[in-house]
Amino acid sequence: MTRSFTGPALEVEDLVLSIGGAPVVDGIGFAVQPGEVLALVGESGCGKSLTAQAAIRLLPGAVERQRGRILLDGDDLYAMRERDVRRLRGRRISMIFQEPQAALDPLSTVGAQVAEATGLRGRAARDAVLAMLTEVGISDPARRIAQYPFELSGGMAQRVMIATALIARPAILIADEPTTALDVTIQAQILQLLRRLAAERGTAILLITHDMGVVADIADRVAVMYAGRIAETGRVDRVFAAPAHPYTALLLAALPRLTDVPKSELAVIAGQVPLPQHFSPACRFADRCPLVGERCRAERPPLADRGDGQLSACWHADHVGSIAA
Amino acid sequence: MRRLPVSIVVLLGVLLAFGIAALLAPWIVPHDPLRQSLLLRLKPPGTVDPRQGLFALGTDDLGRDLLSRILYGARASFAVAILSVAVSLAVGVSLGLAAGWFRSWTATIAMRLVDTMLSIPAILLAVLTVAVIGPGFLDLVLVLGLTRWPRYTRVAYASTLQVASMPFIQASEMAGAGAVRLLSRHVLPNIAGPLLVVATSEFGLMILFEAGLSFLGLGIQPPAPSWGSILSAGRQYVERAWWLTVFPGIGLFALVVCVNLLGDLLRDQLDPRSARR
Repeated sequence: MTRSFTGPALEVEDLVLSIGGAPVVDGIGFAVQPGEVLALVGESGCGKSLTAQAAIRLLPGAVERQRGRILLDGDDLYAMRERDVRRLRGRRISMIFQEPQAALDPLSTVGAQVAEATGLRGRAARDAVLAMLTEVGISDPARRIAQYPFELSGGMAQRVMIATALIARPAILIADEPTTALDVTIQAQILQLLRRLAAERGTAILLITHDMGVVADIADRVAVMYAGRIAETGRVDRVFAAPAHPYTALLLAALPRLTDVPKSELAVIAGQVPLPQHFSPACRFADRCPLVGERCRAERPPLADRGDGQLSACWHADHVGSIAA
Repeated sequence: MRRLPVSIVVLLGVLLAFGIAALLAPWIVPHDPLRQSLLLRLKPPGTVDPRQGLFALGTDDLGRDLLSRILYGARASFAVAILSVAVSLAVGVSLGLAAGWFRSWTATIAMRLVDTMLSIPAILLAVLTVAVIGPGFLDLVLVLGLTRWPRYTRVAYASTLQVASMPFIQASEMAGAGAVRLLSRHVLPNIAGPLLVVATSEFGLMILFEAGLSFLGLGIQPPAPSWGSILSAGRQYVERAWWLTVFPGIGLFALVVCVNLLGDLLRDQLDPRSARR
């Protein structure tokens, strides 16, 4: 597809999702530019996967979208008819998942599945699939076309998923924990592949992950989510070098390092993520935060500009440096 | 591809032999199954007539060749069984797929309909319907087909629920596949195994139903031959002409046993857990 729109490939504006009245995603907003990799990081239940599902307009039945727009190349996804959205999926917006083996139909050949989003048949489909499989670096692509998913390894299956997702040249690829089920060497290969494809094809990638290591490997920008809100966002090098939110700082400090004393205790963030029913109207990290003050329990901190595109939702952003490891 | 076990190959072979005999009946029968001859009434198996030749399985009360009638009867049995299984499979599977896919009220309506159908004895319903709309080949197929679909619906419903929640279905949905494509290309192939097992055992049942209804005079109408009607007519002569009941009986028994054994073996093949029980 040739792009005529020059804005972000995907833009999420003030998204609010609720389950039974509790706002599990509360006012999320971000934009991903063509060719850029944005990582959405957070722990389980912070709403990152729901945000991804909302971005492709396939929310589970129990989840309600209260507010917010999803703009795909400038078109509002929630203003379209369901039929039109379906035509966009796989063509302008695609998704890959955690368990590549389970995400492939066990009774369809690799070729048939990769070709599905193209709508092509016969010779043309075969040529397109072969080219795409070659591009994602699968060994012996001509033979793989006729194989079934059980004949593939996890890494190969994820490459097939990536080929399936990218064959129709979507503007944006949503990758929901794409490497969690793979071992580390394969993980590195897959991340490198995604990185390369984003750059070569100008595809924007929204990467959902809980792994700061993955973020450092592949992402241009990162948005750290906590309890349904964005805590901090900015360029990866900036955020990693000088986090401006205590949650980010503590997350980074919690990463085990090779230089740590063996068998020493791992750094943890004390306390637990609050349940959505108990979300506070003020700062939701207050109960676990070492910098907590009066204002944190009274007022919600806005996402404030820290310069150079870094934004942080913390009243004490200036003092975060003091808790860095 | 895994090789099929010998037992399945043997059973398939026997079934195929029955099927071919039924299919080719018009060309391989030694005599016209409808040709009567008063001089050749109730002749025992192996009778040789100087003009008409060998009657390998004997003749019936109207002097018709039993072997020819059994072969033509197999044709009727197969035709009724295949068509009525096809009808009930189509009805039952579409209803089950829809129920499992759309859930909520679609599932409620479909499954209550199934419960209703299952609470009425199928053979009774069939007898009633035939009694009202009259006997005949097409009526028989429709009656059997439209009373025997609930088992498919149950199996299709349960399997669809299971398959629909699998990641690869979501993946296809996110790749832009619509409901029709998802159901036909991804769900149906993945639930075909259990449906095949049900269809096989239903096939055996359909053969029995056809024979039963024809025996009662509600199925294939005389003079057209059917195993049920041959048995029914032979019943009056069971002391004088045993061959009239024994041979069609053996045919019916062998065919249904084969089909049922095949169904069991298929089930074991498709669900390895049930084989060890």
